[in-house]
Amino acid sequence: MALATSSTGWVSGSGHVRHQTLSIIVENRAGVLARVSALFARRGFNIISLAVAPTDDEAFSRITIVIDLEETSVEQVTKQLFKLVNVVKITELAPGEAIERELALISVRCAPPGGPGPSRGEVADLVRIFGGTVVDVGQEALTVMVAGQPSLLDDFEELLRPYEIIDMQRTGRVALPKLERQAPGRRRAGASGLLRPVAH
Amino acid sequence: MQLTGAQALIKSLEMERTEVIFGLPGGAILPAYDPILDSPIRHVLVRHEQGAGHMAEGYAHVTGRPGVAMVTSGPAATNLVTPLCNAYMDSVPMVAITGQVSRSVIGSDSFQEADTVGITRSVTKHNELLMSPEEIPLAVRQAFLLATTGRPGPVLLDIPKDVLQAKMEWYWPTDGEVSDSMPGYRPTTKGHPRQVREAARLITASKRPVIYAGGGILKAHAADALRKLAELINVPVVTTLMARGAFPDSHRQCLGMPGMHGNYTAVTSMQEADLLIALGTRFDDRVTGNTSGFAPHAKIIHVDIDPAELSKIRQADVPIVGDCRLVIEELVRVLIEGGEPQPDRSAWWAQIADWQARFPLHYDPQADGEGLKPQAVIEALRDSSPPGTILVAGVGQHQMWASQYWRFEEPYTWVNSGGLGTMGFAVPAAVGAKVGRPDRTVWAIDGDGCFQMTAQELVTAAAERIPVKIAILNNAYLGMVRQWQELFYEERYSEVYLSPDLPDYVKWSEAMGCAAFRVESPEDVQPVIDKANSIDDRPVVIDFRTDWLEKVFPMVPAGHSNSDIIVHPAQRSGGEKVVQ
Ligand SMILES: Cc1ncc(C[n+]2csc(CCOP(=O)(O)OP(=O)(O)O)c2C)c(N)n1
Ligand SMILES: [Mg+2]
Repeated sequence: MALATSSTGWVSGSGHVRHQTLSIIVENRAGVLARVSALFARRGFNIISLAVAPTDDEAFSRITIVIDLEETSVEQVTKQLFKLVNVVKITELAPGEAIERELALISVRCAPPGGPGPSRGEVADLVRIFGGTVVDVGQEALTVMVAGQPSLLDDFEELLRPYEIIDMQRTGRVALPKLERQAPGRRRAGASGLLRPVAH
Repeated sequence: MQLTGAQALIKSLEMERTEVIFGLPGGAILPAYDPILDSPIRHVLVRHEQGAGHMAEGYAHVTGRPGVAMVTSGPAATNLVTPLCNAYMDSVPMVAITGQVSRSVIGSDSFQEADTVGITRSVTKHNELLMSPEEIPLAVRQAFLLATTGRPGPVLLDIPKDVLQAKMEWYWPTDGEVSDSMPGYRPTTKGHPRQVREAARLITASKRPVIYAGGGILKAHAADALRKLAELINVPVVTTLMARGAFPDSHRQCLGMPGMHGNYTAVTSMQEADLLIALGTRFDDRVTGNTSGFAPHAKIIHVDIDPAELSKIRQADVPIVGDCRLVIEELVRVLIEGGEPQPDRSAWWAQIADWQARFPLHYDPQADGEGLKPQAVIEALRDSSPPGTILVAGVGQHQMWASQYWRFEEPYTWVNSGGLGTMGFAVPAAVGAKVGRPDRTVWAIDGDGCFQMTAQELVTAAAERIPVKIAILNNAYLGMVRQWQELFYEERYSEVYLSPDLPDYVKWSEAMGCAAFRVESPEDVQPVIDKANSIDDRPVVIDFRTDWLEKVFPMVPAGHSNSDIIVHPAQRSGGEKVVQ
């Protein structure tokens, strides 16, 4: 199946293909994630990343899925997902309407003190520019953490490439809808608050 | 009141007004078989678990109530996979109960352990592994609700042996509790009023409309509503393989079955239509042929309770999510209130009459020394059957002829495997249908190949005194496959010959406790059918020796547009096919 989560290291690329984020509220019960991923496999839907965690209400979890619009119709995905009894709500998050974040841990080769090749400082500088932190230090490598918009992570990954990336783990994106900024009286008619359920 | 999980299970099934369970016991489900001895629920002991599943389906098809199948873990649960998939494809309400190994050994590959919930996930509307006896009543209520509402389908409950043995405090959940327990399950039943008005507008504007009625009409009990609508707007109706009987074949407006082996007029009227009113149907490829060439001039009104079916295959101009009966009734109301006259469609009706006159269903009469014409056998059966007879079919040529040559006048008189095309469906489904409607005559038209897959359920029928009647159209071949090899593989016949007399169907059927006859000559067809119809204390099997060369026409070759329909050779005007 096309569950090319970022855990494979190099298949990030969500910034490069047309994509759509779905935020799915499911009942927090055994087997629900299996139902969702089995549905994607069975129907041949392509997804770019998938992240899942409980919500503030422990009865529910939120699954954030980024789907590849080149290969897959959002309409069919949402309608088929809705047929799963444990799926409670689906919100389509267009890129402009959502706050999206992703986190990456990357181990990168650098020279031991005094040795040839890029120094720790050089890598650490780059990490700092991207607002990241160094989270582990070894003799010949650093592990760094960067969090931000997925496109920022793509850029960071690109800039690290000339150095030797030993290992990388991206989380896949998580997202929430943007908050309403206008005072209640001035909202556009039809702007339905925070979530835009796509089907029910 | 303290009950064991097993007692709670059987009591819950009673509370859901279960009349009959089709099943077969074994280790993990054993605890549930003990309280059956004290229950008013009838149990039908099958000879293979696939039979239990198809019986439950046959029962559901003719009663509208969910069929219940109960089997043990592991191999029994896997034997149930085919009927679950069949029920899923044909939206048949069914509740399956499977035993599971005890909780403490789940995941350890213990004896007869299978990941039943994992294996059946994609062939059920929903399934659950129940990890405590307290869950049982609610889970059973959920299962019946899910199986029968929205788009119906099979639901499976997998129950570990020790959960069946453990004690629980009995309770019966309220409607509110059931609803609250499934916050994500809220099927839409009422059509959107604006869409319904738009549908009425399109209908009133159309010159060449066709009502494309599917199995959803039957699931929604919408046959009366369909007839009201069709007569109100005077529009022709095609009934898909799953909808035979939803609109009477004898009705002036009925064009019969569309699709790969549909009749010429049904297929061609859809191709030429300017509007398809698709009701409870899913644009299956066996109906549409190559979708890019399907009904090229038609606007589409598509009504279905499953939103995922709308615009899945063909973009709908007016998609309406809702229960077919409610939406059709609303549409009728809007049309009557609008009061606009329907346009003059006499040219369309004249065109249809012309197709019907030129291309009726056709077969050549039997030639001397050749086998019986299968179509003639079906006509004789049809004409000898009392009104309301339920017809069941297997899968293959005989199924298509059964659908073509029977006359379906009432809903719920046709039971067949459409979406999955499951050989072996007929015998057990007929048994289930007869259990559901003991007042009706139940005939199954089966193929020799299909019969060999599930014939052992005639032992069940004989033992349980369920007098079904089976007509084997014995052409000694996997006939439908042979037809494809003849037409598309240059008559290179590969692994399709079965033999007419190995097995000896008469001896075999007698050994299974049935009355059995063989018919080889046309003079014997009627007397033997009469004989079979007079027997009511046992199952009956007739081995009709049919013409192995007979093919199903018309035919749209797989992957072709419906406009490439091939009619019977006798109707071809010189060329290989008639493209009007
Ligand atoms: C379980 C299963 N296996 C294989 C097929 C493929 N298949 C479709 S029709 C057919 C031949 C059926 O033979 P028979 O029952 O003799 O019917 P006939 O076509 O001769 O009327 C086969 C093999 C199927 N539909 N189902
Ligand atoms: Mg045959």
